Amino acid sequence: MVDLFDKHRDIAERFQRMMVLGVNAVGVTNEAILSPTRAIINGRETILAGTNNYMGITFDPDCIAAGKKALDDFGTGTTGSRIANGTYALHRDLEAEIARFLAREHCIVFTTGYQANLGMLAGLCGPKDTIFLDADSHSSIYDGCTLSGARLVRFRHNDAADLERRLRRSADDGGGRLVVVEGIYSMMGDRAPLADFIEVKRQHGFQLLVDEAHSFGVLGPNGRGLADEAGLEDECDFIVGTFSKSVGAIGGFGAGNHALFETLRYVARPYMFTASPSPTSAATALAAVRKLAAEPERRERLRENSCRLHAGFKALGLELGCDEPSPVIAVKGGDEASTIAMWNALLAAGVYVNIALPPGTPGKLCLLRCSVSAAHTGDDIDRIIALFSEVVASGADLKQSA
Amino acid sequence: MTATRDDIFTKLCELLGPFNTDKIELTGSTDISTDLNIDSVSVMDFVMEVEDHFDIDIPLNVLSETRTIDDLGAVVAERLEAK
Repeated sequence: MVDLFDKHRDIAERFQRMMVLGVNAVGVTNEAILSPTRAIINGRETILAGTNNYMGITFDPDCIAAGKKALDDFGTGTTGSRIANGTYALHRDLEAEIARFLAREHCIVFTTGYQANLGMLAGLCGPKDTIFLDADSHSSIYDGCTLSGARLVRFRHNDAADLERRLRRSADDGGGRLVVVEGIYSMMGDRAPLADFIEVKRQHGFQLLVDEAHSFGVLGPNGRGLADEAGLEDECDFIVGTFSKSVGAIGGFGAGNHALFETLRYVARPYMFTASPSPTSAATALAAVRKLAAEPERRERLRENSCRLHAGFKALGLELGCDEPSPVIAVKGGDEASTIAMWNALLAAGVYVNIALPPGTPGKLCLLRCSVSAAHTGDDIDRIIALFSEVVASGADLKQSA
Repeated sequence: MTATRDDIFTKLCELLGPFNTDKIELTGSTDISTDLNIDSVSVMDFVMEVEDHFDIDIPLNVLSETRTIDDLGAVVAERLEAK
């Protein structure tokens, strides 16, 4: 008999090698959360700089009050899917609020951000269609593509000319064609060159889906994401987003203007066959989206903090994931062991960042990935820079070789 | 001009070079992922190089049934013929 776990022995050994270097970097436990930017980890207060809590909205009193009220009024869980007993007024209100925020005709809420990509991709595309996806796409996009059964063509990251070449090369078999890009890429923090892709769209004709997971609430004059920042919303057919970042809850959504958009509710299996978001999550997301609309100063603070951290890291000579500041700021490490050692040193010094290792990163990079929050103070940002400076000073691997 | 199976095999080995960091000897029956110990993203990156070299399209779906260099060679030959 073959042990099903035999194939996982390499990964188990890799995990053991990491544990020798310190604490479990992929299973950190927050013993207490003190604020959007502080937690108790290993018994000590730690600055959180890897939470995707972009707006620092998780402890907003209005959002907490809305969550408590929903818990009292609607109970702990919905015990059902949206197509059965799981649709509450809260879900409908949330969908209407997001549609209003995005200035789109339709919005469908999913139970997680991961499922939003699964549901949208598998709902839109089938075996006779072709999906062209950016090589650096998030795993939820890859998994959604697989679930759809569509032909999958991968194009070089952020390379519109490469997409164009692949569109030409790919046989026109009469099926639909969907191109998928992200507003801000989660590992390197770079934006999709949307104008370039839309130029290709005008020549070749396809439908375009933009995953604004890291850019919803963050980019653009209205906070609607990269499409808003680039002024190209009309060209983006479908928007996907998540509540687990700028919105500070859990869940996700798909939005668009297509006349048949609502049909996705009856064909997208990740929407149909899972319980709907809990009342608490739906209510806090609703309150948070209203805040994002009403309080543009949060975006401005986030932008200032992002620029401050990016500039501080550059001044240290660190090699970063991308030149343009965004709330995702990745510092390139050396090999896996030295990056893990550096991550441990940062945590011991009092700052939590994400560690990102291949194959979860592009180009086999090992990354110390930071995400900035509007709730960070200027002092927090300076402290993060100082800690990177200390740790970097003792570890040549992180220094730019140039 | 049509590429022979041997031409395709030689080219695939050459393109695989930068990914074969353990410098394992390549044969037609070498399993690209498990024998060379390269991760799923690297396999996709390698296939992208193959697509561009031969100017063909190898959808990711095809890869789930493509394990060895010869399997991939057969896909390349088939796609070249269909051009």
